[in-house]
Amino acid sequence: MSKDSLFAKKNMKLLSDPLDDNNPITVQVLGICSALAITVQLKPAVVMALSVLVVLSVANVVVSLMRHMIPSRIRIIVFLVVIAALVILVDQVLKAFVYDVSKELSVFVGLIITNCIICGRLEAFAMANPPGKAFLDGLGNSFGYGIILIIVAFFRELLGAGTLYGYPVLEKLGVYDLGYENNGMMILPPMALVTVGVLIWWQRARNEKLIEKN
Amino acid sequence: MKLFKNILESVKPHFEEGGKLEKMYPAYDAFETFLFVPDHTTKSGSHIRDAVDLKRSMAFVVLSLIPCIIFGMWNIGDQYFNAISVETNFLNNLIFGFWKFLPLLVVSYAVGLSVEFAFAISRGHSVNEGYLVTGMLIPLIMPVDVPLWMLAVSVVFAVVIGKEVFGGTGMNILNPALTARAFLFFAYPSYMSGDKVWVHGAAVDGYSGETILGALASNTSSWDNLQWNFNDALIGYIPGSVGETSFIAIILGALILIFSGVGSWRIILSTFLGGYLTALLFNLWGVNFLMSTPAHIHLLIGGFAFGAVFMSTDPVTGSQTNKGKIIYGLLIGFFAIVIRVFNPAYPEGMMLAILLMNVFAPLIDHYIVDANIKKRLKRIN
Repeated sequence: MSKDSLFAKKNMKLLSDPLDDNNPITVQVLGICSALAITVQLKPAVVMALSVLVVLSVANVVVSLMRHMIPSRIRIIVFLVVIAALVILVDQVLKAFVYDVSKELSVFVGLIITNCIICGRLEAFAMANPPGKAFLDGLGNSFGYGIILIIVAFFRELLGAGTLYGYPVLEKLGVYDLGYENNGMMILPPMALVTVGVLIWWQRARNEKLIEKN
Repeated sequence: MKLFKNILESVKPHFEEGGKLEKMYPAYDAFETFLFVPDHTTKSGSHIRDAVDLKRSMAFVVLSLIPCIIFGMWNIGDQYFNAISVETNFLNNLIFGFWKFLPLLVVSYAVGLSVEFAFAISRGHSVNEGYLVTGMLIPLIMPVDVPLWMLAVSVVFAVVIGKEVFGGTGMNILNPALTARAFLFFAYPSYMSGDKVWVHGAAVDGYSGETILGALASNTSSWDNLQWNFNDALIGYIPGSVGETSFIAIILGALILIFSGVGSWRIILSTFLGGYLTALLFNLWGVNFLMSTPAHIHLLIGGFAFGAVFMSTDPVTGSQTNKGKIIYGLLIGFFAIVIRVFNPAYPEGMMLAILLMNVFAPLIDHYIVDANIKKRLKRIN
């Protein structure tokens, strides 16, 4: 095991990689279901991103600490127990402090358990790396997840409802008087898929590492 | 003609390799081939050429749309002057309709072709002709009062997401014109449905411009009690999208398509047949007024005929095999009527039915080809 400091350059890549080159949503195409479901408005998207941040980074550390004790045959069940415990914790906190958002997210908080990113990181990273690195990896991946969620929600809320974080931006700008109308299609799930698709398109056109040779 | 040729020849060096405007060559190429038959030969792949190439077959589709366009323009004027109870004549109607239709057409072509040219230049391929037809179809399937910026947004969506992301003309899964209409329908429903958009000025002046489908879908009156009769629907004296109202004009277009070999008679006939049989079936059930509407009326009203003739026959998105075309057409007719009678929120089932079957067309072809291979394998064994 290397004796590098936790914040060495190599470890910083764990944080920065998932933001672009190895983004969990746009490159690995994981966690799409929640990206489609809760990106109609910014607020639930931000809360969702934070919840995943907590669950993923803590689960990564916990599993990483136990990685020598977990028998490989039952490792998935152990992951699920860890994730489920954390998700229930997050759910209770949301219910206690931001009840309206919690109601809006409804079943999707519980469904963090099935978010493929989390199980994927536990299996691929936390089982093979020390807790410090695993924590950074968890942070990085949930940032990568969250940033896409927030970008998609930004466009869907702005174009679909004319608001940002509940604030009526377009109304204040006065574009409705010019004959502008909200785009009802942006609120429907298909446009979330199209928005994610356009993001992937833009990212691949820009980032040469992602261009596939065939 | 010589003058144009000379001008084109004189600016050509700028666009060829090494020239100042090398990057813009696709744009130059498009203009040159719009006007003249190009003299360059194929460099690779297939060398068999047909006298009727893509551009020429597109021209036939535009030609076959002319009856619909002329009737549509006349009908815009007729509906409007009737609604405000003003005596009018044929020419007046036509001129009024022309000035309402022209902005739609200009926006559709200007926006669509700009996107096409931008993609052609950035990707370095030649500009395809596909948009010539799409650009003509889009204003024909819009309500006359659709705001122009909404039309522009939907055209951009249709060309970029419906076509260019798949690789441009010939590669798209969904019919681009219908993609534009579907986008508008879901994005701005109040401008694409209801009783205020189908006749010019209805939203402002408050008279009703309800379509037959809208009236039947609201389930307040049966076909027999409506203000329109069979002849109105046949000739097209009814409110609706610009080009879709006249059955006769559409059939004229269909004949041009069929005799020039551009449109498939299999698809057109089987779509009508599928719709007719399905509507007959629902006549037996008849629990709402749309179901009890006579089967032949179903084929005349709404976008059924226009969709069957001009949309489902799109050679890119439809089935390719002969058997496949018949199955494809029958299912379009079937789904169009099913969506109509079961979902009053979407009385225009034709659009959704064609888009749905566009997605399934490759699957149908796959099984037809598969079955043929199996049959022939048996013969040699």
